Amino acid sequence: MAEYNRPLPSPTPETRHFWEGCREGELRLQRCTSCTESYFPPRPFCPACGSREVEIYKASGKATLYSYIINHRPRPDFGDQPHSIAVVELAEGPRMMTNVVDCPQTPDALTLDMPLEVTFEKANDEISLPKFRPAKG
Amino acid sequence: MKQKTVAVVGAAETTEMGKIPNTSQLMLHADAALNAMKDAGLTAKDIDGVATAGDSPVEIAHYLGITPTWVDGTSVGGCSFMLHVRHAAAAINEGLCNTVLITHAESGRSRVGARRFSRDPASQSGQFEVPFGITNPPTMFTIPALRYMKQYGVTEGDVAHVAVVQREWASKNPRASFRDLITVDDVLNSKMIAWPFRLLMCCLVTDGGGALILTSAERAKDFPQKPVYILGTGESCETPMISQMEDFTTSKAFRVSGKKAFDEAGIRHSDVDHLMIYDAFAHLPIYGLEDLGFCERGEGAAFIREGNTRPGGKLPLNTNGGGLSYMHSGMYGMYALQESVRQMRGIAPAQVPGAKISIAHGVGGMFAASGTIVFSNEPL
Repeated sequence: MAEYNRPLPSPTPETRHFWEGCREGELRLQRCTSCTESYFPPRPFCPACGSREVEIYKASGKATLYSYIINHRPRPDFGDQPHSIAVVELAEGPRMMTNVVDCPQTPDALTLDMPLEVTFEKANDEISLPKFRPAKG
Repeated sequence: MKQKTVAVVGAAETTEMGKIPNTSQLMLHADAALNAMKDAGLTAKDIDGVATAGDSPVEIAHYLGITPTWVDGTSVGGCSFMLHVRHAAAAINEGLCNTVLITHAESGRSRVGARRFSRDPASQSGQFEVPFGITNPPTMFTIPALRYMKQYGVTEGDVAHVAVVQREWASKNPRASFRDLITVDDVLNSKMIAWPFRLLMCCLVTDGGGALILTSAERAKDFPQKPVYILGTGESCETPMISQMEDFTTSKAFRVSGKKAFDEAGIRHSDVDHLMIYDAFAHLPIYGLEDLGFCERGEGAAFIREGNTRPGGKLPLNTNGGGLSYMHSGMYGMYALQESVRQMRGIAPAQVPGAKISIAHGVGGMFAASGTIVFSNEPL
């Protein structure tokens, strides 16, 4: 897959469950069993209260578009057209960086707060990246 | 910290700025340091504290022949030098050292002896941001702006106006990289970089450096230059990942650092005669005006558009032309500090008549960190 001549993540022991989830088509978040806070990026303790009593769960994959840019600077590994770099707000609360895909990469097509859903792009046998596309109905 | 117990007694930039392909980054540090020492009437033997960011303070100290009793390598991006000033003031007050040299240099354009930025793919940013195409500041620092613009109904023209006003200041400064006046249309017709940001909303990339020398206020009056006193300081940090900022319409690090500096200085906003807000991109002065409390939320862009920060306005802002028009080697905070010192000495190319209190407010990383210094030219 030539398009994945791009920088890819190296999972660490604390994040492996997230990347394993992506590979299996699941967006996995963590939640504190003491204060119920959901959080991202992954870590084995709650950033809100410091508790180590946390659990991994499958998130809904639903999100809204929080903010973005459309990059016009050369990134041959992302093709020759401008592309979005976005931050989405997950239905469970945390935000994450991603690309909005499967829609025109234009200000008119990308409106803030539009509903999105996760989709996974396979980079190689280990890594799939969580991308977001306009929600279907 | 205690007010006015520490002063800047030496301040200088590199001899040249802009494109300096015949000088390494290390020598740019030394050039700025030698200029600052000359300004203060000192030699390396008189310096016993060294701070720098990006490069190692060990390298700077050894290259210049300094044997320090205090070293600070705090490196949190372009505001690191504000943090160095704060830390140096505390160290001088504590007696850890007497005379501190703070240097910045970057061969940002020519890349002679400059380090390459790279993010480890196992770092948090390497895992959760870099794979989505962020490359450098233009594709990172810009991401929050659209949320701000939607929330407050701020237009691309409003953001463009920041660059227009700063060019007015730059036109008065012989050392500014860009000096020709521009219009909002010029900005909106410049090359698209990362929508909604166009080229003239983004900072320059240049070579250069600067250095400061601080000592106790008690000793400061014996130096050749008019002392510039430290009235208040602040610092904070928020997140190494722009995507994890708490709120894209305001910087927590700005608010915490700014409030700390105002509280320490014991001043009101109406006391401030001159202001520098690190402007790597045109939205930053808008965030800074609001997060420092000079404007209500959502009113920063209108404040600039209405002329309050331009020459002759009530709050002169980024009077050297800023990172947008003066220079930006990569970690611009040093140049904001230098302009505050020039204004307090009364020698700035676009001098604010009678200015007595100046604030230099810096950002580091992409809204990752912040530092704020309140200067005064009046002794206690």
